[in-house]
Formats: sequence, C-alpha cells, structure tokens
Amino acid sequence: MSMPESRYVAVLLLMTLALPAAAAGGKIAGPNLGQVLPNTEAALPYPSIYPDGRGLPAGHGNAVDGRKVYDAQCTACHGSAGRGGSGGQLISHGPLTGPEPDPAVDNYWPFATTLFDFTRRAMPMTAPGTLSNDEVYAVTAYLLNLSGVIGENDDINAETLPKIRMPNRDGFVWIDVPKSPR
Amino acid sequence: MTRRKKISTPTIPTGVAPGANPSGLNRRAFLQGGLALTAATTGGKLSAAEPPLPWLHTPGAPLTNYGQPSEQERKVIRWITPNRQVPGNGVSWTPLHELEGIITPSGLHFERHHNGVPQIPADQHRLLVHGLTQRALSFSIADLLRYPLRTRLAFIECGGNSNAGWNLEPLQTKAGYLHGMASCSEWTGVPLSTILDEAGVAPEARWLVLEGADAIAMNVSLPLHKATDDCLLALYQNGERLRPENGYPLRLLVPGWEGVLNVKWLRRIELSREPVMARNETSRYTELQPDGKARQFTFVMGVKSLITTPSPGAVLSRGLHELRGLAWSGHGRIKKVEISVNGGKTWTQAELQTPVLPQCFTRFRLPWQWRGQAAVLKSRATDEAGNVQPERTKLIAERGRAGYFHYNAIVAWALDSDGELSHVYA
Repeated sequence: MSMPESRYVAVLLLMTLALPAAAAGGKIAGPNLGQVLPNTEAALPYPSIYPDGRGLPAGHGNAVDGRKVYDAQCTACHGSAGRGGSGGQLISHGPLTGPEPDPAVDNYWPFATTLFDFTRRAMPMTAPGTLSNDEVYAVTAYLLNLSGVIGENDDINAETLPKIRMPNRDGFVWIDVPKSPR
Repeated sequence: MTRRKKISTPTIPTGVAPGANPSGLNRRAFLQGGLALTAATTGGKLSAAEPPLPWLHTPGAPLTNYGQPSEQERKVIRWITPNRQVPGNGVSWTPLHELEGIITPSGLHFERHHNGVPQIPADQHRLLVHGLTQRALSFSIADLLRYPLRTRLAFIECGGNSNAGWNLEPLQTKAGYLHGMASCSEWTGVPLSTILDEAGVAPEARWLVLEGADAIAMNVSLPLHKATDDCLLALYQNGERLRPENGYPLRLLVPGWEGVLNVKWLRRIELSREPVMARNETSRYTELQPDGKARQFTFVMGVKSLITTPSPGAVLSRGLHELRGLAWSGHGRIKKVEISVNGGKTWTQAELQTPVLPQCFTRFRLPWQWRGQAAVLKSRATDEAGNVQPERTKLIAERGRAGYFHYNAIVAWALDSDGELSHVYA
C-alpha cells in the first residue's frame, strides 16, 4: 500500500508546477531579524531524542526502581503494570492482527527512545517535565521490562536504551514520503 | 425543523418540470419552484396585520467592543469530548451542520489538545530555528510580524476526524459531531521558507522536528520539501490574531496535511536528516492494517465530502429542499461533487460555490424535491488529482477497521417516509 517511488516523484513534480511564482522560484526575502544564537542544544528543556540515541541525557535506571516511580506517578491513568486506566493502555500482550487488535507499547511502538522522550516531556500529565532523568530512565526500564525486552535489573541509560530492539521495529510502512536508508 | 401533518400533499410536486430527473434532483428546481410559490402566496388570504414589533419603538443595545453571536444562536457551539481525568486532553468538534459558506468562525474551529491550552504572553514567546542550519536563530513575535506576510484559506483536519466511521454500527449524532474535527479559516503568516532561508538549511537536512509550547511540548516531524513548499508560520486567523486554542501566538499551517503537523504554540524547529520518531508519529497517527503492518507518515488528508444540511436529527417536510454540504481534499482543489438520493444507484452533479481553492473547504449545493419516499442521501467528491471519495465497504476492505485515522469514506444519511434523517452504512 505504500506509494511507489515513481508516483511520489510524479506528485512532487505536479506540486512544483502548480506553485505560485513567489514560492516556486522567487524567494520572499525577510528583514533578517533572527537573533543568532550560539550552540542552543544544551539550553533546551527537551532536546530531540532520535532513535540512535542522540539527545539522550546523562542518568540511568532499572525496572525495579521504575516500578516504584510508576506506582507513584502513573497508575491513576494507566492502571497497574500498564493495564487499565483511562489514559491509554501501555502493555497489551495482545495481537496486532485479527478482529480485536490491541496495539500498545510492547507490541506496537517501534523505538524505545520514543518512550523516554514522551515520558520526559509529557508525563505525568498533571505535572509534565517534573520527573528527574533517572526517574524517566527507570520508568522507561519498567515498561520495557513489562514489554519483555529487558530484564528487571538491566541498567537503562544513554548507551543501552537505543540498542534495544522493539518487537515491532519493522512494522511500519511509510506512505507519503520515501523511506530513507537508515 | 418541526414535523408537519401529512395532509394535502400535492400529488404533482411543485417545480418539477416534465422529464426532470426522477430522483427529484434538479439544479433548476429552485427557480421553477420559486415562481410556483409566489403564485400560491398571492392567491392565498394573508392578514395585513403584523404582530407588534417592539424593537421598532425602543432604542437598541449599546455598542460593544467585541461582537458576539445572537443570544438565540447559543446552541451553535463546539461539542466537547474530553478525557474526564485530564480535561485538557480531548477534542471539541465544529458544528458543521449549523454553519454555511466555507469559513469556520474562529470560536468554532475544532480543537484537539493533548494537555490543555497554554496562555502564552506573546512578548515572552520565541521561535527557535536550529539543527542542520548554518546558524541557530531566535525570533520574537514582534520580529515575525515585520516579515512579509502571505494570506490563504485552508482547512485543518485532524487525522482522527470521522473515526466513528470505523465502528461496526453507525453512530447516531449530528454531522459536525461525526466529521467536525475539520475546520477552515483564512490564515495569515510568514512563509516558512523565508525563515528557513535566513537560517540557511544544510544540504543534508531532510526533515523538520517541530515542537510546541504546550504541556506535552508536542513534537512531530515534517518533511523539508513540504516546509519549503507552502507552509506558513501563522499569526492571524480570519483577520485577527490567533485564538489561544489555535496556537496563539504562533502556529504552523501545513496546508492539506494532517492536523497534528500544524503545530500550535510553535516554539522550535530543528532541521535534521531523519524524523525524530516522536510518540505522535509512531504510536499515534499511524494506522494499523489487517496484515499487522501500520501505515506511517500518512500526511495528506484524503478527499472527503458530506452533506451538512440536512443532518441526522432533522425531520424533513415534503417539497423542495436544498441539499448542502462541504468537500475538501489535501491533494488540491475539489473538481466535482456528486449527490445521490438512492444510496448510490444514480448520481447528480452538485453546484460548487466559488471560490474553489486548493486544500480548502468547498461548499456544494443541489436542489431536491422530496416526495415522501424513503431515500439514502450520499455525496461523493473527486479532487483535481483524480482521487475519488471511496465507499465505506471499499475503504474497510483495503484498510480494515483498526487504523483509526484517515477515514474518508462516503457518508450516508437515510431518510424514512416520515422525514426523519439518520446516519446509516449503505
């Protein structure tokens, strides 16, 4: 079902031909008011975290510690051990096919780094961004342990997290943009 | 609409010329019907005495700083479906069935927030552009307001709009509460390409990672080719500065692409080689298919249309009606909209109200004589790229029912012989 590359190129070509002149060729110059900053990444509250681990901060944690964080911070919305609650089921143990597919972190999420990134910037929803990096690593480890991809004492940090291969890593087909080699 | 007694219904429908479309669809019906109606009115006995009109004899209300809709239109509101534990995480739907034309009033533009609406002082907001650029730049809102501005109309549609269509049973609610996670505004802002040129995009950059200033710091990735094509750093909506719930003081407009990319409260753009694989482009806004694989980066909103008047819940009386609706496509302009009153057996082309603009709501209308027969009303849109809105059975045969996002099938309203309208799969 992915768009063949030739069709993609054809669509791009059509879009280019349909562009108004100002956007297609004639660039719209601005007054150059942007303030030039030195290296900004260090100052960001949430640097982007890529699947290869770029952007991950110092710190570490394991599932044993993570369970304590989870039970204190997460169960109200996500239920015990990632099941139940109104905030979206985190752990499924269910199938992705059949009449009632049940996607969740363990069987659907393609990258472990996403779990760290989203937890750090968005959770808990009543006070996002308040967990320490160690707590985020730990709760990430707990969910990865519940997902069956790490042991409960495995140390999760900037080195080990991107090496974890999620079960559904290859389960996605890019539709509107060609997949670049990784 | 109130139900009328079914008495003295004319056996020959008013305004249908001999040989007219037997379905009752006739683009000239209003002209003919209008003449017939005039004759009937002048022939009847009308009292000349009007009821008292007190507003003719008392001074009206004083001037106001900011106008509001009539008190009598207070029912025309967004319908809110929140997460009860987190009230700022949810949706409010545009009441498409109450509106006309193609512009959604700013206060009725749909909302999808992940953790509430931040109240951001404009003078404290900055836009950071960095990553694979020659220089990292920071812009204030006052800076951006000095840049050359461009204005265009565009719809924004949540990727999850119309998702009740995947349900096994048709949800019985009004048109806007099924399909109103789509709205259309006039947007004014700085072309994103201008700002990217100033930063100097490195040749190896292929993606932008966008980040909002809300309480999930919502992040998502956008291909560079779209960013330099037609995206706007939007500052104004329908002539005034953005509403807080639409991203004040700055949002991105990504014409025709799924709503989540139109990042509200935009605070950061990072140029990169690859997508960041954020939660909202992996675990959400992807579509699980029957084979267990998921569609990802399904950016373009497919061609869609629906009849907004009448809408489920309405009760029709016999006679001449105008079927009215909206069509749109992320692929470009709407080329045509066809209407069927017999469940898709035959189709009649509706009139498209100009202007017909790319990635914009298009209003369609078609007169219809309802003679009291059971009917199934459908609209089917075709866009200029040749995409045709699919029947629901075809969409589900291709995608299954678990994908949740990007539902754009033909919408059917059934009319029974009592004139009651309901949502059906047909």
